[in-house]
Amino acid sequence: MDDLLAARSQMAMSLAFHIIFAVAGITTPLLMLIAEWRWLRTRDETYLTLAKRWAKGTAILFAVGAVSGTVLSFELGLLWPEFMRWAGAIIGMPFSLEGFAFFTEAIFLGIYLYGWERVSSRAHLGAGAIVALSGAASAIFVVIANAWMNTPTGFRLMDGKPVDIDPIAAMMNPAALGQTIHMLLAAYAAVGFAVAGIHAFLLLRDRRNIFHRHAMAIALAVGGASAILQPASGDLLGQMLARYQPVKLAAIEGQFRTEQGAPLRIGGIPDEESATTRHAIEIPYGLSLLAFHDPKAVVKGLEDFPRDVWPPVAIVHVAFQVMVAAGAIMALVALCGAYLAWRRKSLPDSRWFLRAVAAASPLGFIAIEAGWTVTEVGRQPWIIQGVMRTAQAVTPMTGLKIPFVTFTLIYIFLAAVVVWLLIRQVAESPRVYAKPVIEAERNAPQLF
Amino acid sequence: MLSIDVLIAGAMMVSLTFYALLGGADFGGGVWDLLASGPRKRAQRELIAEAIGPVWEANHVWLILVVVLLFTAFPPAFAAIAIALHIPLTLMLIGIVFRGSAFTFRSYDRRTDDVQRRWGRVFSMTSLITPVLLGVIVGAISSGRIRGEYSDFASAFVSPWLAPFPFAVGFFALALFAFLAAVYLTVEAGDEALREDFRLRALASAIAVGVMALVVFLLSENGAPAIRHWLTSSWWTWPLQISTAVFAVGAIYALWVRQYRMARFSAAAQATLILWGWGAAQYPYLVAPGMTIYNSAAPVITLRLVWWALLAGSALLFPSLYYLFRVFKGGRAT
Repeated sequence: MDDLLAARSQMAMSLAFHIIFAVAGITTPLLMLIAEWRWLRTRDETYLTLAKRWAKGTAILFAVGAVSGTVLSFELGLLWPEFMRWAGAIIGMPFSLEGFAFFTEAIFLGIYLYGWERVSSRAHLGAGAIVALSGAASAIFVVIANAWMNTPTGFRLMDGKPVDIDPIAAMMNPAALGQTIHMLLAAYAAVGFAVAGIHAFLLLRDRRNIFHRHAMAIALAVGGASAILQPASGDLLGQMLARYQPVKLAAIEGQFRTEQGAPLRIGGIPDEESATTRHAIEIPYGLSLLAFHDPKAVVKGLEDFPRDVWPPVAIVHVAFQVMVAAGAIMALVALCGAYLAWRRKSLPDSRWFLRAVAAASPLGFIAIEAGWTVTEVGRQPWIIQGVMRTAQAVTPMTGLKIPFVTFTLIYIFLAAVVVWLLIRQVAESPRVYAKPVIEAERNAPQLF
Repeated sequence: MLSIDVLIAGAMMVSLTFYALLGGADFGGGVWDLLASGPRKRAQRELIAEAIGPVWEANHVWLILVVVLLFTAFPPAFAAIAIALHIPLTLMLIGIVFRGSAFTFRSYDRRTDDVQRRWGRVFSMTSLITPVLLGVIVGAISSGRIRGEYSDFASAFVSPWLAPFPFAVGFFALALFAFLAAVYLTVEAGDEALREDFRLRALASAIAVGVMALVVFLLSENGAPAIRHWLTSSWWTWPLQISTAVFAVGAIYALWVRQYRMARFSAAAQATLILWGWGAAQYPYLVAPGMTIYNSAAPVITLRLVWWALLAGSALLFPSLYYLFRVFKGGRAT
């Protein structure tokens, strides 16, 4: 493994790890906030228990997110110092704003977690709302910086150096809006489904447990609504790609030839040597329609670009298929749930639906990891699209295998601990039932 | 008239000061967790955990703010530091990761003694190591050994920091953070015996701070000659040295006569003056000998925007911080 590959692997691994905790830090505050709000409205103690449980989960996930995020802010320089030297003045701005958003989040999370008995219930709910809002704001600022790497604006090139810098224009880059919406919805969908899935799984064994019913209802509402909205933001990004990152779009679709009325390929394996994508189901005119909203539009193929600016086509194509498949299943489950809930005017709790929600539990996180693979691998060989190659940005430091392996081991360990702590939280979940069934349930077998 | 680049460097110094006074004390708390002893061992640890719990994450963000300001406003300096100090920075990050995670895991894992002890040990050991590495990094930046030449591995990536002076600064930082933590804990302790425990610890660490300050000063002759020169022969040399000494002695006196709030104020003032003395001696260099605040600054438009962001952010930040500390640190009197 050479140093460039080690640096890329370390960055990829750090991001893949951090994103899990980052999206949890965006969404679990929203879930606990809704639960607390329901508690204040209904005075149903189960909601209070739920809010406190979710707050504990948030505390664990946020702490790991905060420290792994700190690692990333340093890794920008430790691994890519030439990128930061070049681009710091242009895209440092959203990071500065993110710094303040993160500050706000950390302050009010401290008040939320430790302040149940110290501040009024209104102030407590307000603190939770600020945590949820500033978490979302943090995500928006960081994703804006990433969007700039895809569609760099706000400067002019002169002898390879940026001049006439305009950090505001850099923040308003063409990919910013689509990417931020896509990421926020992904965060709500992934965590919503993960949490709903866990409670659906527990409801399968203990169907009348009100704690799990409330939990699943809130999480599924947040996750389901986001999953249903997500395709619209994907469409926005598809059009952006067609205009600004045609190479990435061609790689995503395994589109080697430039074609009028290009088909949409579902599945299939692109082969760079023979420049073909085999075994794909092709939907005629599909790609032209999606990318340009015009079935006759010309879609540029990889053949129009020199080989040395192609990303690894197969990885990007397959990752995209995985993301879309996961997202589609989630949207389908969400639509079924919405329909059933509307028909029955209550939480859908048929066995098959609970099984479907439980099975969909990991899909959002799979989609997020796959989606970031598309974004990041699809931009290669560039770190700043069309401006700076990843190889030019890397540190002159050697032996980068060592930190890569070290951080990988540390993160595997931390992930195992977090999973263990969260499983224990879930396993100790309370057994709360509606009044009439309490006697019957008392004789029910213990689950844990 | 202060130029915008100097203002932003000043904002970085303010952030660094808050990080030392607040985040530094959290590290110091970990040191006292490690060194907890005597009949009130458990009570000492509980007080430390209670003091750190609600605030450590917010306190930690000051460091992120310093880094973000550095790479936005002075990108070449950030790149130079990140390249030359890759090894100590990476080690410090590992310390930060384990310290934060272990502290949280301890709070939310089983209450049994062995589990608590295991996470407690990770938390306290990393609280000991991380400040030393932070000090090593600051010492290396001050020493003028980061030259941006990559002829061979050792001279590019090892010798900038593997020297007596940076490590002396590291142990100085550790002593200072432990001192701050002990002083703050005298104010936060609920009962008299516990307060007395931390009073003795504060007095002992005050001596350690003094000894390490002397060691750093002696080693600076070869380790950081430029800094030493400015520290000893500027117009502000005597006012600074005397006022630092006044607060240092004041803190010890206040501890002696059990005036804990006064001790806390004096200790914080002493630490602040040490940092700003270092900052003033470092001026105008960010990374001596090549990079100054002026020659590594981003274009003015970026600096102006960052300045506005700082003002707007502060308007949000300081009331929030005040609220946080009032909720958790108010209401307990000496």
